[in-house]
Amino acid sequence: MNSDLALGQAPKQQAGKASLSANFAKFREMGLLVFIILLCVGVQLRNPSFLTWENINDIATNTAILAILAVGMMLVIITRGIDLSIGATLALSGMTAALAVKEMPDLHPLLALLLGTAVGLVCGMVIGLLVARIGILPIIATLGMMNVFRGLTYEASGGKWVSAHQMPNSFKGIASGSLLGINNLIVIAVLIYIAAYYFVNHTRTGRRIYAVGSNPESAEISGIKSKRILWLVYSVMGGLAGLAGVLWVSKFASAQGDTASGYELNVIAACVLGGVSIAGGSGKISGIILGSVLLGILNNALPMVNVSPFWQNWIQGMIIVIAVIINALVKRGIDRNNLIRRKM
Amino acid sequence: MSEYVLELKGITKIFPGVKALDDVYFKLRPGEIHALMGENGAGKSTFIKVITGVHAPDGGEMYLNGNKVSFKNPTEAQKAGIAAIYQHVTCYPDLSVTENIFMGHEMTSKVTKRILWNEMHAEAQRLLSELGASFSPKTQMGALSVAEQQIVEIAKALSMDAKIIIMDEPTAALTKNESEDLYRIAERLRDKGNSIIFISHRFEDMYRLASMVTVFRDSRYIGTWRVDEISNPDLIVAMVGREITQLFPKKETEIGEELLRVEHLGRTGYFADISFNLHRGEILGLTGLVGSGRTEVCESIFGIHRYDQGMISFKGKKLRIKNPLQAMGLGIGYLPEDRQKQGLVLQWSIAQNITLPSLEKYAAKGMLSGKLEAQSSKSLAEKLGVKAGSVFDLVSSLSGGNQQKVVFAKLLTADLDVIILDEPTKGVDVGAKSAIYDIISELAGSGYGILLVSSEMPEIIGMSDRVAVMREGRMTAMLERGELTQEAILKAAMVDADAIHGPVSL
Repeated sequence: MNSDLALGQAPKQQAGKASLSANFAKFREMGLLVFIILLCVGVQLRNPSFLTWENINDIATNTAILAILAVGMMLVIITRGIDLSIGATLALSGMTAALAVKEMPDLHPLLALLLGTAVGLVCGMVIGLLVARIGILPIIATLGMMNVFRGLTYEASGGKWVSAHQMPNSFKGIASGSLLGINNLIVIAVLIYIAAYYFVNHTRTGRRIYAVGSNPESAEISGIKSKRILWLVYSVMGGLAGLAGVLWVSKFASAQGDTASGYELNVIAACVLGGVSIAGGSGKISGIILGSVLLGILNNALPMVNVSPFWQNWIQGMIIVIAVIINALVKRGIDRNNLIRRKM
Repeated sequence: MSEYVLELKGITKIFPGVKALDDVYFKLRPGEIHALMGENGAGKSTFIKVITGVHAPDGGEMYLNGNKVSFKNPTEAQKAGIAAIYQHVTCYPDLSVTENIFMGHEMTSKVTKRILWNEMHAEAQRLLSELGASFSPKTQMGALSVAEQQIVEIAKALSMDAKIIIMDEPTAALTKNESEDLYRIAERLRDKGNSIIFISHRFEDMYRLASMVTVFRDSRYIGTWRVDEISNPDLIVAMVGREITQLFPKKETEIGEELLRVEHLGRTGYFADISFNLHRGEILGLTGLVGSGRTEVCESIFGIHRYDQGMISFKGKKLRIKNPLQAMGLGIGYLPEDRQKQGLVLQWSIAQNITLPSLEKYAAKGMLSGKLEAQSSKSLAEKLGVKAGSVFDLVSSLSGGNQQKVVFAKLLTADLDVIILDEPTKGVDVGAKSAIYDIISELAGSGYGILLVSSEMPEIIGMSDRVAVMREGRMTAMLERGELTQEAILKAAMVDADAIHGPVSL
């Protein structure tokens, strides 16, 4: 039997087109990277104190929490979902941890961290249950729970703040301390990214998250337990939001009822900038790093070149919109190429 | 050990209201390519879903290598060595070829459960080159052509060690060359001892590949023959077979002036070079197999999707139809195939649905007059014989046939000259069908030009003045009323387009 039977002409002429769209994701990331570099160079020219070691450290520290949340949000969006509740989850977890250390100043900071994460995890599991088991649309389920969690935060705190002087130094040290000269927040974020990279690229469960988002019916036929996957991603998101809550409260040394209100939108923006498709099925760790970093740099750099706060929002918004438009245009071009190749 | 790898006896499957399979038999030998043929809706797809465990049969028995089996879910069928390659490829467009092949049965390290990417890529590469494909397993699935995606699906079946491979219309979206490649792959699999069930509308597929052919018609088993023992006409009779028993109330109408002319219309990737015209009082049938591009043509004429080649003229005036609103304004109405999704607002009353397209007629100074609305919709509903307590009943409470009448009523509120009907009797019971035929005849008689899209052969033959037949995005025949036979239509719908047009390149 001739096992090297050539498949005629068709596959060869298509190889070029295939690699074009396969390279699309890489092209996107390169584009984002180039944009970030140009931005940095531009800001550096205007203000030489931008690319100093302290400032870079500052940007990284400020971006860490956003980046941690983006991991969870990416997983949720890959499954065609969205989580609007994470700002509230973050506040509730942070408040719980802050109240705990206020009552028990001797509580080990690691336990405070675990407590917050556990609270977030429970919040996420509840949402996962609503979405996966009961089948409520993610946007509705998380919108509802967002208000529930926010309400609980106010209730738990009695509407009062837990402020810096009520927190022991050990707790505030979580965010201000450092390991080998690197701020703890950055260390934690890096660890989470390494774990997430391994999880999404090298485990069955991780890959199946993509399968569920890319084609839910197909996933069912392949014997993938989609409901369990959905439940998992919302739980992970909740856990990460809980962790971020403790870090947040420790960093700003204050826990308030309206902590991180609306922050979920920044996280979604970081994902979208990083190329995570809202239609589900695609998104990369390297992409969300770039997305988070870009937002972080904008937050830091725009004030340094004396852009008014009003224009800052405008610029951020425009960058997101332009990124999405470029995305859509390139994708349309690829779709069209595929159609032209379809012969009749 | 049985002589057959797969044997099905008396399989029956009932969906609410329809018998999708009625006492069906099938036998498959090892190393055999067995063609399964039948018209649209003959029950082939349901049959495949029973074999692959997607549907549980309501009656009958299934034997695998002589042992009785019943699959509870697709995974069990897969484990038993049955794999299906569906008509619409079920892939993960965002993932790589390798992942598509191994999704659900990935290779992992025994100790750490880590995915063994290198091994998987290597195995995928091996399977692909065995099938003669030249693309890399790291390519993203969505970037491949349909033919290439099908090869990936076959590689997937092989990676699961499938002994029985079912191919559901695999050549439907392929060119001649691509089909030839697929034939060779199928033959090689057969020579290696795999059994293949090959479902196709194309006679050439069957003659080229299969040694046995089984025919279904109207959910029933008609027979099984050796391919070299049955002649082409006999096979067509077996597939079509039935008499036109329904009464078609087609009235002789006076064909008036030309209303619509379509010349060399094309939409990249969907259809090309479509030309026909439609006169006042005429019913023009448009038929072809599912997926031949009929609906796409109608959608372009109605302005839902833009065409990019050719032109349309309406009442002698050349124009470009950009959106449905413009089409309606000109006097073209469209009754979509899926009335529940596209034609009706189910949670609204009959009256609200009927008056929706022409609300300005019932409004004075921006305020809707409920009384006027009710009057007008009541007379239309009565005219079309909608069976309901009152026009304020919810549309969702009506039967399929009555819902369809409401859609007709909706069309009649606008000033139309041309009405496009896409599968107007789909999912409608027999009684309501003849009522709808009455309405169609009536409309043609009163001077509308009607474009009737249908897969139902008796309906097309019984109602049309002329019939355009499409196959794979092109028109293959324009038959006058005198030459309308089921055989002639079937032949035009199935002949190889390349034979008529020569090699197609776009």
